[in-house]
Amino acid sequence: MSTTAPPATPDRTPDRATDERLLRTSPLRRLMGRPELGSVVGAVAVFIFFSIIADSFLQASSLSTVMYAASTLGIMAVPVALLMIGGEFDLSAGVLVTSSALISSMVSYQMTANVWAGIFVSLLVTLAVGVFNGFMLTRTKLPSFIITLGTFLMLTGLNLGFTKLISGTVSTKSIGDMEGFASAKKVFASELTLGDVTLKVTILWWFVLVALATWILLRTRFGNWIFAVGGGADAARAVGVPVNKTKIGLYMGVAFAAWVSGQHLLFSFDVVQSGEGVGNELTYIIAAVIGGCLITGGYGSAIGSAVGAFIFGMTSKGIVYAEWNPDWFKFFLGAMLLLATLLNAWVRKRAEASK
Amino acid sequence: MARARTGVRAIGALLAAVLGASLAGCSSTGGKRAEDARKAQTAAGKAAVNTPRWTFAMVTHSGDGDTFWDIVQNGAEQAAVKDNINFLYSHSDEGQQQAQLVQAAIDKKVNGLIVSLAKPDAMKDVIARAEKAGIPVITVNSGSEQSKAYGALTHIGQDETIAGEAVGDELDKRGKKKALCVLHEQGNVGHEQRCAGVKKAFGGQLQNLYVDGTNMPDVQASIEAKLQSDRSIDSVVTLGAPFADAAVQAKRTAESKAEIDTFDLNAKVATALTAGTLGFAVDQQPYLQGYQAVDLLWLYKYNADVLGGGRPVLTGPQIISQKDAAELRIYTERGTR
Repeated sequence: MSTTAPPATPDRTPDRATDERLLRTSPLRRLMGRPELGSVVGAVAVFIFFSIIADSFLQASSLSTVMYAASTLGIMAVPVALLMIGGEFDLSAGVLVTSSALISSMVSYQMTANVWAGIFVSLLVTLAVGVFNGFMLTRTKLPSFIITLGTFLMLTGLNLGFTKLISGTVSTKSIGDMEGFASAKKVFASELTLGDVTLKVTILWWFVLVALATWILLRTRFGNWIFAVGGGADAARAVGVPVNKTKIGLYMGVAFAAWVSGQHLLFSFDVVQSGEGVGNELTYIIAAVIGGCLITGGYGSAIGSAVGAFIFGMTSKGIVYAEWNPDWFKFFLGAMLLLATLLNAWVRKRAEASK
Repeated sequence: MARARTGVRAIGALLAAVLGASLAGCSSTGGKRAEDARKAQTAAGKAAVNTPRWTFAMVTHSGDGDTFWDIVQNGAEQAAVKDNINFLYSHSDEGQQQAQLVQAAIDKKVNGLIVSLAKPDAMKDVIARAEKAGIPVITVNSGSEQSKAYGALTHIGQDETIAGEAVGDELDKRGKKKALCVLHEQGNVGHEQRCAGVKKAFGGQLQNLYVDGTNMPDVQASIEAKLQSDRSIDSVVTLGAPFADAAVQAKRTAESKAEIDTFDLNAKVATALTAGTLGFAVDQQPYLQGYQAVDLLWLYKYNADVLGGGRPVLTGPQIISQKDAAELRIYTERGTR
């Protein structure tokens, strides 16, 4: 945007003093207005809590385990957060991860091809599922909840049906001795050991995805479109935002992350169970919501989703380090979700009131 | 304000009514009192050894609220009390999550690990890491083929194929011709092995039926539909105790003549066996799996003893028919069988 207005319309020049869009806000104000602020406060609270309660929580090795747990969820939470900012859901994201791993493994094995060929085919098919979700949504005008629920059930069935049909059992055959496996493992499932700390490559993937998504949201035209379609699709369409393309793009983003997660599953364990992944889609949504995304769309951030995933990772492993009875895990998770969301709403209200 | 007060009053009245009703209507049979009387018969809790207080962690592939794993845990806790062990339990039905939980136990520097290998490939690396950290590992319940290769001391459990074959033989003994194998967890390798074992040993025909184990009414309806559509089925084998009851209900509504048999045991199954509504159950003694795992780890730490001679230690199959069931019912009610 240029700040010097064309001289032909002097009356259209925004007045710096009265136009609130051009007001200089203090850095603190700006921080208060960030969607992820509430979740950061929550994350600090959870961190301090487990540091006090669980004596082994603060070890470097424990923290790397927490980071790994957070990253496996966080990789998916990033595009799911973007999708939610765009005002839609994806309930098929959890099983799509498993599908993607199954496709890679079975294509490579059955074709006796280089593992990378399977990985590539899997990327295409996974992206196609994303396109299918977006296309069905924009064509039928049905709520995304229904569309992706259908995809979720279909994929669950396909995962099992195809695996059983092709492999004869419910899990895939080992591809650990095939060409390309070692290099693919380096990309998707390697680890860096420093002393007794093991850093998994998923943490790197996670950070890269968060940075990329943040840049898209805040610095690109597509990012503006995401906020626009989530805020009000009809209004966005009226000002020339390509709503359908944006939504299909967002679903493809989820598919891409599902592909990354799926390859990680495959190359860290070399064999994939066909029945897994069910229920994880809600975990991704929870991470995004804890991170400040609104269920109604138009508000949220990628960094928030990362913080949400980190809170989730801390809680799920912190309960183990604290030697608590795991029966109560889900209860704490639910309570935390409510608290975090309430905190978010409160912080947001304060931020808006202080503008 | 006035409305709020009437709300509070209404809730108070309701609570009083509930309390009054529960006090007035005492039951002379069953309930908590009967349970307390039974509890008096269970083993008391005091350490029987003076070894240091070691910490053992058990990480299984159980889902939330699983009856079978509850019994395993009971056994493990009982042994932990006796052996002066600080016992930790965690579980997840996702391979990746389970591996992370094992890693968390390693981070805690526990003195021993007990792991179930339903998803062996997911556990391979993390078990190697445990051994590198000098933590002895015992595998339980599933993974008898991989246990030794992964470097575990011992495997305690039931070989699913052998258990399936035992069921197949028993069906032959009872003169059955057409059986139905009900799998309640799609994607579970052990379940597939059980049904394959039945098929291998059984002289008659065997069909697999997949049902959604998290949805009991659906399980019942599926079995019902199958029994209605194929009248020649003369035996139904369920793979878990809770599903036997659903199969019995389905048999009743479908007016089928099929005999219901099941893997595993619980109080209801024991009662049904005594009553004759179930043919037989095949038990793998989950209590023993938990108890032995903790006890063998203790023996290893205390005396470097290893049981099994490099082979799995089998806790089953044990065929339980009508005559054994009466005695076992008492044990199932206290949650140890």
